[in-house]
Amino acid sequence: MSNTMKSVAIAGAVAAALAAQSTTPAQAAGKEKCYGVSLAGENDCAAGPGTTCAGTSVTDYQGNAWTLVDAGTCAEIELPAMADGTARTGSLEELNRDLPA
Amino acid sequence: MTKLHSQFRAALLDPEAPTPTGLRDGQGRPAAKRFDVYRNNVTVALIEALRTAFPVLHKLLGTQNFDQLARLFVRAHPPETPLMMHYGGAMPAFLEGFAPLSHIAYLPDVSRLELALRRSYHAADAPAFDPARLGVVTTDVLMASTLTLAPAVELVRSPWPLVEIWRYNTAKGADKPRSVPQSALITRTEFDPVPHALDAAQVAWITQIRAGATLAAAQDAASAHDPDFDLTPLLSLLIQTNAIADLTTPKE
Amino acid sequence: MLDATSPAHRLPAAPGVGYKAQHFTDLRADPGPVKWLEIHAENYMGDGGRPHAQLRALRPDFAMSVHGVGLSIGGQDPLDAGHLARLKTLVDWLEPASFSEHLAWSTHGAEFLDDLLPLPYTEATFACVADHIDQVQDVLGRQMLLENPSSYLAFEQSTMSETEFLSALVRRTGCGLLLDVNNVFISATNLGYTPRGYLDAYPLTSVGEIHVGGHAEDADDHGAPLLIDSHGSATADPVWALLDHALAGIGPAPVLVEWDNDVPDWPTLRAEAERAALTLSAHVSG
Repeated sequence: MSNTMKSVAIAGAVAAALAAQSTTPAQAAGKEKCYGVSLAGENDCAAGPGTTCAGTSVTDYQGNAWTLVDAGTCAEIELPAMADGTARTGSLEELNRDLPA
Repeated sequence: MTKLHSQFRAALLDPEAPTPTGLRDGQGRPAAKRFDVYRNNVTVALIEALRTAFPVLHKLLGTQNFDQLARLFVRAHPPETPLMMHYGGAMPAFLEGFAPLSHIAYLPDVSRLELALRRSYHAADAPAFDPARLGVVTTDVLMASTLTLAPAVELVRSPWPLVEIWRYNTAKGADKPRSVPQSALITRTEFDPVPHALDAAQVAWITQIRAGATLAAAQDAASAHDPDFDLTPLLSLLIQTNAIADLTTPKE
Repeated sequence: MLDATSPAHRLPAAPGVGYKAQHFTDLRADPGPVKWLEIHAENYMGDGGRPHAQLRALRPDFAMSVHGVGLSIGGQDPLDAGHLARLKTLVDWLEPASFSEHLAWSTHGAEFLDDLLPLPYTEATFACVADHIDQVQDVLGRQMLLENPSSYLAFEQSTMSETEFLSALVRRTGCGLLLDVNNVFISATNLGYTPRGYLDAYPLTSVGEIHVGGHAEDADDHGAPLLIDSHGSATADPVWALLDHALAGIGPAPVLVEWDNDVPDWPTLRAEAERAALTLSAHVSG
């Protein structure tokens, strides 16, 4: 890319992005101090585990074996081989086939 | 005391290990089973911590599978610091080496995304940046300038539809992930990190910028991936999510 | 240097609650009798974001207590200097009215085991714990409070009682004490002594803060009751009675309601704080 084309591309992107920003009231919402509540449970997911001084009476320290039991949502996700050529599937069950892309 | 701590530690995370010696109940009777309270506390607390840490992984695998995975993980990788907010850093590598789940090959990337979301959540607040500064310098100066991104900005590369997998498991009614590679750019407008899907050219641009390259060099890197690369959507995203912390113009 | 008497380093003799982020909005709208909040130090050792913003917003309205969970004061290893430095950073900017930690250990080598583990009470462990308290108080430049643990077992090698151990620590280090009356009740039940007997031998004049909280009931190998310090329910009636008994000896004191598992909605937690206020009201001085 020539320097001229590049400078036009960058200047154009800056101008467009600034124009988009000035017409987006969402920016103002970002300045709001919503310390407490967050959208769609993102807070809980993102904060991560904390410490506790508490014990528990749930018994769960035995066992080392691995068996696949009930499936989570990954059973609903089926993904074919990716661009790097590796055969991959998204289901809990071993699928010995690649789905068409 | 050294011996006691070592015995305790060995038995806490290994149900097969003998309980420490010299433990008594109130009547001076041996109290091996009372030790199980501590065993249980440690194991349950750490499994619970991983559920909180990896909610999407948990949802993808289902509770029983996840808990089995977590039990094996906590024994192999107990926390290394009391900062539980960052616990689980070894999860991507653990999953990559975990044969029973190797056929769900996107799981390590999902765990990378969840770790990055937590780093972003706890990252330092960005200094206030007025994006208008981008518009008041000449194009020549802009080309030779560098950008500093906010501490909460994270990039997770992936050959999987990473952002769509995340959204499918966090947003009600989200569509099933399509077969497209998506790296995730995490930004935090105020307090809540959000992942955005990036294509290969955008990843190249962000990678250059994070390495301190000029806007001109980043444009070159992105154009090498996509001759029609248009910076506008990515720059708009960065501006609107307060992801730019500073603009450094070249010295006169 | 160890300024134990400055009002800035003293919690109000009123109810406090263990702060949970999900209560932020409701707590500010309707705090009820709650005058102070306790946070776990380790959960605020990130670099910024919502956790710090919430504390900045709450600080003008509530006295703060920083409660450490990860220093491993009862451990054999030297204290983690990096962790102590992080603690100092937090305490320096938040300027809490109180800092407290546990008579327990939680790290072994490079591992953090995320539980409050017990130690035998011997001359050797005493020397180690006393040195650790000295170090914490030196680095933070203030007095710390040490909390009695909840015990599920005893060690045959112990040569002194817990109250003797704590009393000696107070004399040697000048630290204050955090009296967890739920822990007293749990340990007494589990180890077969009376909670009031424990309090009779406990140095009540050194108490700077009191904890109450919920426990769960289990049984040991012999079918004897084994109480678990679960912090997952309302404080039990006998623990409130024990609080009342303790306050009779101490006078009005800061009382914290701990609820860490199955955290309830704000009105439920506030109701616990109201019960603490009622218990405190019978012990108003002068």
